[in-house]
Amino acid sequence: MTFANLHMYVLAVPLLTALAVNLLGRRSRTWIAPLTLGALSFSTVAAALVLVRVLREGTLHYTVGNWSPPYGIELVIDPLGALMLLLVAAAALLATSGALPSVALELPGREHLFFTLYLILIVGLMGLVITGDAFNLYVLLEITSITTYGLVAMGKGRAPLASFNYIIMGSIGACFYLLGVGYLYILTGTLNMADIAAILPTLPGTVAAATAFAFLLVGLWIKMAFFPLHGWLPNAYSLAPTGAGLLIAPLMTKVTIYLMIRVLYSIIHPNWALLAESGVQSALVWAAALGIVCASAMALGQRDLKRMLTYLIVAEVGYMVGGVFLANETGLTGALLHIVNDALMTLCLFLAAAAIVYRTGSLEFDSLRGLYRRMPVTLAAFTLAAFSMIGVPPTAGFFSKWYLLLGGIEAGQWGYVGALLFSSLVNAVLFFRIIEIAFFRNSAADDRPLPVTEAPAMLVGPLVLSALALVVLGLGAGGLVDSVILPAIAAFL
Amino acid sequence: MDMTTSYLPLAAILISLLGAVPILLSGRMPNLREGWTLLIALGKFTLVAAMLPTVLAGGTYVLTLAEVIPGVPIALRVDAMGMYFALIASFLWIFTSIYSMGYMRALKEHNQTRYYASFAVAISATIGVAFSANLLTLYLFYEMLSLSTYPLVTHHGDAEARRSGRKYLTYILGTSIGLVLPAMLITYQLTGTLDFTHGGILSGEASAATLGLLLVLFVLGFAKAGIMPFHGWLPAAMVAPTPVSAFLHGVAVVKVGVFAILRVIFDIFGPDLLHRLDFGVVLTYFASVTILAASLVALTQDNLKRRLAYSTIGQLSYMILGAGMLSAAGMTGGMLHIAMHAFGKITLFFCAGAIYVASHKKYISEMDGLGRRMPITYFAFFLGSLSIIGMPPLGGFISKWNLVIGAVEADQLLLVAVLLVSSLLSAAYFFPIVYRGFFAPASEETLAHTGEAPLLCLIPLSVTALCSVGLFFYPDIFLQLVHRALFP
Repeated sequence: MTFANLHMYVLAVPLLTALAVNLLGRRSRTWIAPLTLGALSFSTVAAALVLVRVLREGTLHYTVGNWSPPYGIELVIDPLGALMLLLVAAAALLATSGALPSVALELPGREHLFFTLYLILIVGLMGLVITGDAFNLYVLLEITSITTYGLVAMGKGRAPLASFNYIIMGSIGACFYLLGVGYLYILTGTLNMADIAAILPTLPGTVAAATAFAFLLVGLWIKMAFFPLHGWLPNAYSLAPTGAGLLIAPLMTKVTIYLMIRVLYSIIHPNWALLAESGVQSALVWAAALGIVCASAMALGQRDLKRMLTYLIVAEVGYMVGGVFLANETGLTGALLHIVNDALMTLCLFLAAAAIVYRTGSLEFDSLRGLYRRMPVTLAAFTLAAFSMIGVPPTAGFFSKWYLLLGGIEAGQWGYVGALLFSSLVNAVLFFRIIEIAFFRNSAADDRPLPVTEAPAMLVGPLVLSALALVVLGLGAGGLVDSVILPAIAAFL
Repeated sequence: MDMTTSYLPLAAILISLLGAVPILLSGRMPNLREGWTLLIALGKFTLVAAMLPTVLAGGTYVLTLAEVIPGVPIALRVDAMGMYFALIASFLWIFTSIYSMGYMRALKEHNQTRYYASFAVAISATIGVAFSANLLTLYLFYEMLSLSTYPLVTHHGDAEARRSGRKYLTYILGTSIGLVLPAMLITYQLTGTLDFTHGGILSGEASAATLGLLLVLFVLGFAKAGIMPFHGWLPAAMVAPTPVSAFLHGVAVVKVGVFAILRVIFDIFGPDLLHRLDFGVVLTYFASVTILAASLVALTQDNLKRRLAYSTIGQLSYMILGAGMLSAAGMTGGMLHIAMHAFGKITLFFCAGAIYVASHKKYISEMDGLGRRMPITYFAFFLGSLSIIGMPPLGGFISKWNLVIGAVEADQLLLVAVLLVSSLLSAAYFFPIVYRGFFAPASEETLAHTGEAPLLCLIPLSVTALCSVGLFFYPDIFLQLVHRALFP
């Protein structure tokens, strides 16, 4: 193994492990945990090294199979891509650790199948954030989607139906994206992102380019569940096996939003002045604001923790899409920072939900009564993540919200600012309702000291880590913005 | 000015935050747990007091913790104003800790470990607000205080306590997220900074209309100050155990709200700018309405703690009123009232708690003749109410005197009338309690069963009552700090 191509091993190791998990895991389940955790630990460490290297030496280019671009597939690892790679690897490692006990409980005998799909999904997500090829992006998007369909369908009850619904919507989204890429290929004769970006401005502005742009965006919006294209998400995410939710809830939407930023700034370079003048930009920010408000309101109506969280994911998508379409540096900074923060917050909340469901079997609000006596660590971590969702400093959520709000004020988009504040208040209501139930509403067996029954360490460990990461990331947000996000934005603009 | 980088302010904040850990761990050994609480309280006061000489000599301590948002680090600064507030809070916390032991044990309260731990976090946040170098840091600690006091309000866990907890958070978090956060962002967008700067940062940065909007957002947004119409949480929060009401809802939480507003008035807007725009008058109107309305409502309350709560709402607005006068004596009086009211009101709450511990009575109408059985408590109550009314020889007189002079200086004779009427009203809602205690005929049950509360309750309330008297004769340290804060 040469150090020069370390970034390839970040992807290759989990991919090969997926195969090993399937073959060896079939014989004995004891293989699964060391293989998956080992592979992802390696990927995480390697991704961290890649990030350090990229920050020091600048963007890495890798030509797959040595076919030189623009004909071959190129991987481009710039600082932002490396950050996303690390985020995906680290979040996947924590999610996998949590998923192991959960899947053993929920899908006994099928673990090897589950984790094969899981690892392929992780590799797909990693590939998505570093690919430099518009068609390769489509392929990876479908790899992640198809594995997700499979994972969702492994859930209980109506999960296959939810998965089918997701397949329909996801495939429509994929078609839109593919059409967009097709248009671009016809216009420019290339699929390499950098190449398209170089050729497009030399062509006379055409309706075809605008159509391609629109198709790409709509495709991605469906995949990321941007309001009102979100209908598939709540069912798919809440009915999926708990272990699957741990991975797809934090990462799928966030990675897709990152891809949208890539499409905007690495491929299309839209004419923002024209977008602003024609009202398209404003309309999109308003759509985001509306999405935030509606999804928050729908979250209020839920009586099940996981379903509530799925609506919050939809609301958070509005945060970031709105931030991007504010089209100023502050808003984009906020959106990028929020991708990282929101992934961790969601991960932490879903890990807490997984820990609770592991012990109690239910996430209905009523069954959470007095739970802090039995699971104090889980609920402490949950509370920390809740503070981050509300936006209480110094947790990470506050600082990205700060940038998003400031961007909204700079752009004069008061509807968006109001929606963000509204959503923060709704989050306060949502989470304190649960905190009240869990801490202050005792179940019938009142003051008797109950034994502490936390979930296994494999679940609680990553939960605590992700909760602490929210504080560390909050205080370290300044460094992250200065060293990665602002240079990346400077390169975009 | 002499600036020293030092970890002292951080230590003063962290000691009780980290102290929550041994408190939580020694939950099964109440003596050890309360030992920790007391040790932390003493340690905290020592750390704060250690910085006093330098601050009195005109120095400041500074410390930058993290640079998260460009131009607005999370940073601490100990100046005269912060020191003034921190000194009061950390001093009174010692007596609250002693009082808590007496109160909570006498009533055999449940979940005492959670109680002491939350209390420790709350006092950390309070000192953090006092030592914040900019609005963002202040906001951080302000929110920390809101969240750490929520378990204290909801302590009893019954339906009423939970409802009050919800109301508490709705008001406090709702206003801080809905009003303060946008105001802070707009300020940052206009000026690029949020540092507390003597004389303000907003001068010449925006139109009068924008500045007016900002002022209203800030003043109403810091709802812990209880300015109407966002005062409703305070009477509701009275369901908490009495030491919480005494210290947090008589001193720390409410004065954090006032402190935040005063910081905004003095160090974000600056008195000159407010004077130029004639905004001081707006503040005094908000405050006057609250003072009079709250005093009138207090008259009608039969529940002793609720009466005290409405009295607090009125008295808090004295501080805003003083600042709004924008005259030297007015601002001095407003600032001084933070200390004077703190000592007076905590005494009153301690007494209310002592009465509850000794007799399990909450309603004033049931307290006839109780003073004859609990003379020390009732005498302390009498002293506390004299201080709040503003009579010599009690500390409250000094701040009221300054306020009246300030109103005359500012040529606002209407405000003099407000102050006088309000003093009369507070006499009207306090004296009947004392009178009934000493002179009304007592029931058989009262005579047979009631005596003074445990010593651990009695000592703190006697000390704070005596302090109220002492402050009339020796207000020097507080006066010096206030002068240094206002006119460096």
